[in-house]
Amino acid sequence: MIISVASGKGGTGKTTVATNMAVSLGAGVRLLDCDVEEPNAHLFVSPVIEQSETVFTAVPEIDKDKCTLCRKCSDICRFNVIAIAGKTILTFPELCHSCGGCIAVCPEEGAITEVGRELGLLEQGVFDAGDFVHGRMRIGEAMSPPLIKKVRERIKPDQINIIDAPPGTSCPVITAMKDTDFVLMVTEPTPFGLHDLKLAVEAVKLLGIPHGLVINRSDMGNDDVWQYARTENLPILMEIPFDRAIAEAYSRGRLMVESMPEWKGKFQELFRRIEKLSKAWENRN
Amino acid sequence: MKELVVLSGKGGTGKTSLTAAFASIAESSVLCDADVDAADLHLLMDPDVRERTDFMGGNIAKIVAEKCTMCGQCIDLCRFDAIRDDFVVDKIDCEGCGVCVDLCPEHAIDFPVVKCGEWYISDTRFGAMVHARLGIAEENSGKLVTLVRQEAKKMAEKKHMELIITDGPPGVGCPVIASVGGATALLVVTEPTVSGHHDMLRLLELAAHFKVPCMVCVNKFDLNVEQTTAIEMLAAEKGIPFVGKIPFDPAFVKSMVVGKTILEYRQEGELSSTIKKIWERIREHL
Repeated sequence: MIISVASGKGGTGKTTVATNMAVSLGAGVRLLDCDVEEPNAHLFVSPVIEQSETVFTAVPEIDKDKCTLCRKCSDICRFNVIAIAGKTILTFPELCHSCGGCIAVCPEEGAITEVGRELGLLEQGVFDAGDFVHGRMRIGEAMSPPLIKKVRERIKPDQINIIDAPPGTSCPVITAMKDTDFVLMVTEPTPFGLHDLKLAVEAVKLLGIPHGLVINRSDMGNDDVWQYARTENLPILMEIPFDRAIAEAYSRGRLMVESMPEWKGKFQELFRRIEKLSKAWENRN
Repeated sequence: MKELVVLSGKGGTGKTSLTAAFASIAESSVLCDADVDAADLHLLMDPDVRERTDFMGGNIAKIVAEKCTMCGQCIDLCRFDAIRDDFVVDKIDCEGCGVCVDLCPEHAIDFPVVKCGEWYISDTRFGAMVHARLGIAEENSGKLVTLVRQEAKKMAEKKHMELIITDGPPGVGCPVIASVGGATALLVVTEPTVSGHHDMLRLLELAAHFKVPCMVCVNKFDLNVEQTTAIEMLAAEKGIPFVGKIPFDPAFVKSMVVGKTILEYRQEGELSSTIKKIWERIREHL
């Protein structure tokens, strides 16, 4: 089973929910932090990293001796990676989306080869409740989806996989949520939280994935999110009231379930409800 | 003309609330919301939209069934697995590279430009504002960020404004890189948590990479005073101006609920004078 934890707005508590649920389930969990721009889950579950590899994406390198300046590569490239000025051919590998078009059209054998642009680090290890995987995007790299895909390649479908997704509603979060069995949306009952939640719900609907809601800091704001959930038929699976003790524990990198063990049962219950909803969805489709 | 871009690395540290507060006291400035993916500044600014323009972000492949001979070349070429076995392009997976379009032997693939969002020029009670809305699940957020920033610049020139205040997106990727280039300075709004600290460091590294000067302020500082001190010391070590710290205060949420900036909601008192002092320090460093 694959559960992704998303939100739209940043800072609503995605990582809190993902890590606490993972640890509460005890064993056999695989936690994958797909917020590769700002991965934080490791700060709370302190994994022992056993494997670390640098990952790359393919970008063109041109052999100037073999290139005839026919322009086919620069014509097909929609991302302005290859520029020809006079007798000079230049590449801007940081703009490359690795589509392979330039190689496909180049008529000269060996004039273009693919080399790597570093995307960042893919790290895997273990923590108290199971396996841990995350990506750390290289500073200066713009494109996060290729690294998110690399993290997702480490999903083990026979295990419980929990994905901590990035914020927003565009390509990075879509890459993290796509083809998961359930999206757990974490929001806060504020105008910003609700506005971004609505966008995130639209995205999840587009992907056709069953979803439910966690309302964090549930006593700070107004009632609009409950009303929205009612009209949208969005199940509210958990509410976490604001508690200074939770915020202070978080600030030190401590899990809620460590400082307040009574939450462990609630996170287990949250998982059971997700499992039930996801099965019901499967049966319906 | 100067541009202050408010960023954080980590989401939810208070970028938008502070941007709005600064907008309410800054004289002669243009506001810009560069968090096009999950734009929230308009919820406090209540903009009166004057101009609305479609953002035509990119192209998407579309197979014309009548011309397609199902040879499968497009499926083999597509590195994004965007073409299904029944020769329909998955709009979400399509990267817009056009490789299938150019290399289809039957010329059976169209490549229409698609609308990826909208951008707006608006009036607010604090002056002009340029903002946008990226479509759900769309790409090209960096392009749209660049566009709204350029439009904000044009607006500032036209109205003879000396300052642009830009609310930036979270993270360190594409939209953030698009927000940083050419900025006069970045205000990094962080919180005294392990994640706030961690994400701030990555953002400072990015700013150094692009050689844009930074300032740092800590929001909700009293949630962890030691962590706040650590951030202050770190800023001092790196020679980054530390412009102040703001206590955790439920008034931020309350002001948001009534659609006001914190300085409108709390016109007097310690919180408002703290924020005003931070703004003065930012102005000194700009």
